[in-house]
Amino acid sequence: MDVVVCLRRVPFTQEVDLEIDKGQRQILAENLAFVLNDWDNYALEEAISLKERTKGTVTAITVGTEEDEEVLRRALAMGADTAIRIDSEGLTLDPRNIARLLARVIRGLRFHLILTGAQSDDLNEGCVGAMLAEELGLPHASVVNKIELGEDVLEIKVELEGGIEEISTIKLPCLLTIQTGINEPRYVSVMGIRKAAKKELKVVTIEELSLDKEALVPDVYVERLFYPPETGGAEILEGDPHIVAEKILRILRERGVIS
Amino acid sequence: MDFDLSREQMDIKKAAREFAEKEFPKIARECEEKEEVPRDLLKKGAELGFVGVFIPEAYGGAGLGFLEHALILEEFWRMDPGLGQQFCSLTFGSEELILFGTEEQKEKYLPRLTSGDALMGFAITEPDAGSDAASASTRAELIGESWVLNGNKVMIGNGSLADFILIFCLTDPDNPAKSHRHSVILVETNTPGYEADKILGKMGIRAADTANIFLSDVKVPKENLIGERGKGFYQLMAFFDRSRAYVSAHGVGLAQGALDLAIKHVKSRVQFGQKLAAFQVTQFKIAEMATKVELARTLTYRVCSMLDRGQVDSKLVAMAKWNAGRTAVEVVDEALQLHGGYGYMNDHDIERFYRAAKVLEIYEGTKEVEKIVIARRILGRF
Repeated sequence: MDVVVCLRRVPFTQEVDLEIDKGQRQILAENLAFVLNDWDNYALEEAISLKERTKGTVTAITVGTEEDEEVLRRALAMGADTAIRIDSEGLTLDPRNIARLLARVIRGLRFHLILTGAQSDDLNEGCVGAMLAEELGLPHASVVNKIELGEDVLEIKVELEGGIEEISTIKLPCLLTIQTGINEPRYVSVMGIRKAAKKELKVVTIEELSLDKEALVPDVYVERLFYPPETGGAEILEGDPHIVAEKILRILRERGVIS
Repeated sequence: MDFDLSREQMDIKKAAREFAEKEFPKIARECEEKEEVPRDLLKKGAELGFVGVFIPEAYGGAGLGFLEHALILEEFWRMDPGLGQQFCSLTFGSEELILFGTEEQKEKYLPRLTSGDALMGFAITEPDAGSDAASASTRAELIGESWVLNGNKVMIGNGSLADFILIFCLTDPDNPAKSHRHSVILVETNTPGYEADKILGKMGIRAADTANIFLSDVKVPKENLIGERGKGFYQLMAFFDRSRAYVSAHGVGLAQGALDLAIKHVKSRVQFGQKLAAFQVTQFKIAEMATKVELARTLTYRVCSMLDRGQVDSKLVAMAKWNAGRTAVEVVDEALQLHGGYGYMNDHDIERFYRAAKVLEIYEGTKEVEKIVIARRILGRF
């Protein structure tokens, strides 16, 4: 099975105090570390694992700058065969335009399955997968947490609200957006990094895709980023732990949390 | 002058960081408390290629350099000094085999290290021969086709776990030159007469194995001599020129780890109505610590990079090792200070880092020995 996996490099925001820049349209990135989007890491592992089971190929794609190639090198080190970066050329791209760019490249590739992360850790829009499927006219399913191989089909599982699990059959070729926890992503090995250096990492420009930069104006853009206003209402309990514990119990009873 | 790591080096550093960040915190404190070596983790790390990257590809290594080795160890020490030390010790002494071993010796012993199937050690220190290594009295006599070894070694990394160990020993006691009396001999630890007694109660890095070794008529084939007979001391100095370079990375990693813990603490702890990070005294401390770490890192990378380009500068290596050890001790001291009373409790990681740091000014050449190496190359011998 030939799998295309779409990746995105995002700022690592856990345990970090985020700061908004003066223009109030983006987060200050200079002190942030960047990593592969967590959802994409699971999609990548799933792609490589499917390739290993079916003796296929994996092509990793990202839209971004030269710095974003880091996630492609990671993909190659983990076992992807080839990688493609669509040069974003300094444009601010919304999900629809990212999907359009990806679609242009993917149309020219041989594939049975496209995987993306269910969402990205920075903007959390969760749109690119569905929009890409639409661009390519493919069936798709979102937030998939299990894939079983069938004859020209995949059996997939999705977790719904309230813990209900849904099993569906989807025809190949198709696109799936992957939920975290679907697998246990492997670590990058030193041997993998060394092999990756010898694999192809292709860069494609917007011009080469016969797209007009002017036409890639975002339909959705950020107007203003701001911190939520501080609200009152928090009560800090201090003092002897036994007394604090009793106070907590009393509050919980008063609010009807426990009887 | 290019101070940047290559993409491949950055990727290796990141891969090591990710492995350590995900795997080490699960077991670090327990390994320290129980003084246990986590064999499964070592095997996993070896399978990912993090062990002995400087070993040539022909012998199962990645064929990279001491700089890549240092980058991995820096990240491992950043997460936990004890586990970092144990990972480092897995190939400790393999440089002797690479530099001076025969083809047969390299083929027989090196691939087992990088696959994680074997551990080694290098036994140098004795009860009466620490910094004064040339006074080592563990005796090896050539009787027929075998070396017969007798003596004691103390405080030896992997002493109780190693599958084979290099013994720095006295083979030519009558040679008038003290520096021509020793040799390095490989002993497989299942040889009769080899006994090890694991040391418990080290101040820090307790996840790493250390043992005293007793050799009683240990008989090994003549072919187990590494390098030249009587040249052991010079071979040892050549080894230190390499090991001290990457041991500097231990100091950089420990200091960075301590700094990371301090930053996290001062950004969350509130006193006198504001976060500790808001006090200028805290800001000055963090600025000083970060600067020291960066300086130690720069010198460490430089000496490792020089070694990988074939330039051996004992003076600069000694500077890197002394400075990195001092940096670790100073930075971890300030980092614990910033934690206040919490830092003194063992449910905070900084306490473990604090206890670990001191060894960096003692092993692999005390700071005083490093200064002697530096001064002799500046002033000559007096």
